[in-house]
Amino acid sequence: MKKGAKGIGIFLAAAVLAGAVFGGCGMKNGGGQDGAVYRSVEEIKESGTINIGVFSDKNPFGYVDENGAYQGYDIYFGNRIAKDLGVDINYVSTEAASRIEYLQTGKVDLILANFTVTPERAEEVDFALPYMNVALGVVSPDSDVITDLADLGSEEEVIVISGTTAETYLIEHYPDIALQKYDAYAQAKTALENGSGAAWVNDNTEVLAYARQNAGYTVGIPSLGEQATIAPAVTKGNDALLTWLNEEITALYGEGFFHEAYEATLADTYGAAFVEDLVVEGDTAR
Amino acid sequence: MPDLGIEVLFAGRNMARMLGGLWVALRISLVSAALGIPSGILLGVVMRMKNPVTKILTRLYLEVVRILPQLVLLFLVFFGTTRMFGWNLEAETAAIIVFTFWGTAEMGDLVRGALAGIPAHQYESGAALGLTMPQIYRFIVIPQTLRRLIPLSINLVTRMIKTTSLVMMIGVVEVLKVTQQIIEANRVAHPQAAFGLYGAVFVFYFLACWPISLLAGYLEKKWS
Repeated sequence: MKKGAKGIGIFLAAAVLAGAVFGGCGMKNGGGQDGAVYRSVEEIKESGTINIGVFSDKNPFGYVDENGAYQGYDIYFGNRIAKDLGVDINYVSTEAASRIEYLQTGKVDLILANFTVTPERAEEVDFALPYMNVALGVVSPDSDVITDLADLGSEEEVIVISGTTAETYLIEHYPDIALQKYDAYAQAKTALENGSGAAWVNDNTEVLAYARQNAGYTVGIPSLGEQATIAPAVTKGNDALLTWLNEEITALYGEGFFHEAYEATLADTYGAAFVEDLVVEGDTAR
Repeated sequence: MPDLGIEVLFAGRNMARMLGGLWVALRISLVSAALGIPSGILLGVVMRMKNPVTKILTRLYLEVVRILPQLVLLFLVFFGTTRMFGWNLEAETAAIIVFTFWGTAEMGDLVRGALAGIPAHQYESGAALGLTMPQIYRFIVIPQTLRRLIPLSINLVTRMIKTTSLVMMIGVVEVLKVTQQIIEANRVAHPQAAFGLYGAVFVFYFLACWPISLLAGYLEKKWS
C-alpha cells in the first residue's frame, strides 16, 4: 500500500525543491550580443552604462563617502572614462579576490580597483597603460633619517611586517640587515615610535601616509625595490575596449590628468611632494 | 572623551546607509528562509523514505551543502553559472539561490531528525485507523514535528541572517560591507570609529534577530 504513494511523493518533492531553488531567478541583461563574454565599446555606448569594478573600502583609492558616493583616485579616473565615452557609470563593489572573476565572466567591463600589474594576472586579463606606481618605502625618525639602506649601522635593526613584500625583498637584497618582524600594522607602528628600530619598510603608500599623519617622521626612501604599476584591466580579448582605453590614457597623459587626479584625491593623504613617485604620466612611468 | 565613532555614525547619510545594508541582509535571509523552510520540510519527509535512490540523492545533496563552504557556493552560482551557461544572475538573486539551497538542506536534516523522533507506534496506530500515509503525515506526524522544529528552525534563520555577511564577496553591499566602507572612509580623520560602528552593527543584528526569537517563544507556548 505504501510503495505507490512513495514514488509519486519523491517526484513531487523533487519538483517542488527544484522550483523553490530556481524560482525567482532574476536575469539581467549583460554580456555581448555576439556571444562573447565581454562588451565592445559600441555595445557599452549603446547600453548607456559602463560597469566598473572598484574597491569600496580602500581610502583614498576607491571608497564611499558619508553620502554614499564613490570617491578616490580610481574613481576620479573612472568618472573621466565614463564622461569621455558619454555613458553613465555603474560602480560595482569588488574584493581583491574576486576582481579577475568579474572580468572573466563579463560582469564588469573594466576593473579600476587598484589592480597591480603582475605577469600571472596578465595571463588572465588584459591590462591597459598604467596610471600609478607602487614600490616599497622607508620611513624613519627626523632625528636620523635613513636615505640609503647601506648607511645603516651594524647595530641598527629595520622594522617589517611579517609576510609582506617588504620582508621578502629585504631578505633577498639586504641579507645583512637585521629585521624586527611584527605581525600587525599597529605593533610595527608602536615599535617605530618606541625607537626599537632605525626605520620601517613597508608599501610606499603606507609609509607616506604614516609620515604624513605622524609628526617627527620622514620618508627618506620613497621608492625602493622593483617598481610595479597599477593599471586598468579589461576582459582578456576585449581588444576594442583595450585600444580605446590606451588611446584615452595617452590623451590623458598629454593633459596631465593624473597629476590633477593626484592633487584632487591623494595629496591629502600622501603629501603633494610625492606626486612623481606615485603617479604615472607618460614618460614618468618607470 | 575618546572618539568612538558616534559622530561618524550620524555623519551624512551613514546611519541610513547602514540601515539600508541591514535591509539587504534581511531581505536575502528572509526570502531564503521563506523558500528554504517549506522545501526543507518536504526534503525531510523524502529523506525518511526507505527508497535507496532517494536515500542516496538526498544524502549526496546534504553532504554537498555540508562540505562546500557557503562562499564557494556563492562563487559557483554567481560566477560559475555565467561561465557554464552564460546566465547573468543578479548578485542578490545568486545569494538567495545559495541561501535557499543551503537552508533547504539544513532544514531537511532537522526535519528528518524530528521525524525520526516520532515513535513508530503513532504511524502504526494511524494505519490501524485506516489512514493513508499522506493522511498520517498530515494529521499526526507533521503537527507534532512542527512544534519540535520551531527552536531549531529559528536557530537556522538567525544563522542565515548572520551568514549574509559573506555576500559582500559577490558585490552585494550589506550592512557589514557598508560598515567597512564607513570605517575606511574615516580611517585618517576618525581612526577609533571602528569600535562604535561595530557596536552599532551588533545592535542592528540583535534588533533583527530578537523579534524572531520572541516569535518562536510565542509559537512554542501557543502550540504546546
